[in-house]
Amino acid sequence: MLDDFMIRAGLAGIGLAFAAGPLGCFVVWRRMAYFGETISHAAILGVALSLMLQVSIFAGALVVALLIAWMVNLLSERGYAIDTLLGVLAHSSLAVGLVVVSFLSGIRIDLMAYLFGDILAVSRLDLFIIWGGALLVLILVVWRWSPLLTVTLNEDFSYASGFNPKREKLLITLLLGLIVAVAIKVVGVLLIVAMLIIPAAAARTLARTPETMAILAGIIGAVSAVVGLRAAFVLDTPAGPSIVCVAATFFLVLTIVGSFKSFQS
Amino acid sequence: MQLLCGNGVGVSLIEVKNLSVIYGSRIALSKVDLKIEPGEIVTVVGPNGSGKTSLLRAIIGATSPAEGVVKLKPDIKIGYVPQRLNFNSSLPMTVKRFMQLTHKGGDKSAIMALEEVGVSSIMTQQMSQLSGGQFQRVLLARALINTPEILLLDEATQGLDQPGSAAFYRLVEDARQNTGCAVLMISHDLHVVMSASDRVICLNGHVCCAGTPEVVASAPEYKQLFGMVAERTLALYQHRHDHDHDHDHDISKSHADQ
Repeated sequence: MLDDFMIRAGLAGIGLAFAAGPLGCFVVWRRMAYFGETISHAAILGVALSLMLQVSIFAGALVVALLIAWMVNLLSERGYAIDTLLGVLAHSSLAVGLVVVSFLSGIRIDLMAYLFGDILAVSRLDLFIIWGGALLVLILVVWRWSPLLTVTLNEDFSYASGFNPKREKLLITLLLGLIVAVAIKVVGVLLIVAMLIIPAAAARTLARTPETMAILAGIIGAVSAVVGLRAAFVLDTPAGPSIVCVAATFFLVLTIVGSFKSFQS
Repeated sequence: MQLLCGNGVGVSLIEVKNLSVIYGSRIALSKVDLKIEPGEIVTVVGPNGSGKTSLLRAIIGATSPAEGVVKLKPDIKIGYVPQRLNFNSSLPMTVKRFMQLTHKGGDKSAIMALEEVGVSSIMTQQMSQLSGGQFQRVLLARALINTPEILLLDEATQGLDQPGSAAFYRLVEDARQNTGCAVLMISHDLHVVMSASDRVICLNGHVCCAGTPEVVASAPEYKQLFGMVAERTLALYQHRHDHDHDHDHDISKSHADQ
């Protein structure tokens, strides 16, 4: 079954979506979209470094994404103006990454594959990494669900409930780093944040509790992945962007239906 | 400096000794002593920047003392009512779900807690769509749901008008009456809050004065700190005190129905 590249691509997309949906809800609730962008842009630097050092792309992207995530978290704790800081980190790491890649004249590199993903080229090993990473993210989010929710509501509330908000905030950032590294192959660094935010935003209109929003976000993301892949195959369009287009359509339709319903009532 | 006498009943719920809190170069609190005994209502009043919030944050462990200790009774059950929560419209949350956020009881305990504060009819509503008064009541109900030994209220009536605040503090008094929990609240609603308290602590970086509401309201330190407001408070306080035992809940009901 895994011999078919379309099956592998579909499974990769579904795996990513199941983890990105619930994690993306926290990105939406905590307004961390730009934070996600920064970590994903930084991952391109990781890709460049791993090409240079000839190590696994996944490992390089993971190390740099986690490092940047941890760094931003640390600096925000110390009260730096976070928006500016993120802007500096996001674009300088992307720029440095692109420059580093240009020095690697020995190898011919299709950088597009890392910017927009190459889901149709997912190997068995990639699939293993994607599902392993996604499961880890999912397990940690489910395990820390209540503490993560309380810190989203109010940090002092989190302390009073017996949790450590600093630890939970660090967990969210590290999970973002992990999901970025996992998603490079599927949708690429430029569209990862789309897979985090769009399904969650689409799910918002249907959900009445945080749990249903997280589950719906996972489902909407997975359906988008399957439908998007199919559309890419039929219409001969790039796979990653097609997946995001389907998710965006979900968002558009659900938002219009949702506002129509609230207008009625 | 031991300012506050214990009632001599068992172990104190909270004991703060010689507490100093420093942020960078700013001293928020210096050498504060405080003891909360079971069942008493203690109010901390003070102007902005007087360290009220720092005191509460030190008690819940959100800030570490530069000096001194905060001792909580072992395994103390705290019901915390925050100043506000970040409920924006992107986070869906029904009142019912919020009530069970940190309490794994069934629906029944949630309904009972909401009934106690007079808002049991809003179980299925979204938190982000509640009125200010309803929202604060839900926060209070959530704090009461696991029968705490002490309620901690952090400026819990911010954004409520005076009748709304008065109604809210009556609910707090009722909760103490019904469950016997102690209450520690910080507030700048001087006049509303003081009549509901057994003890008042007037804070301005350090403890200025402390004692029963009557004692504090007529203390020179208190008058100096609050000036004109204090004069009015004393008058209001004495006025309110005459009518204090007439627990009329009309205001609270009309507020909940809004």
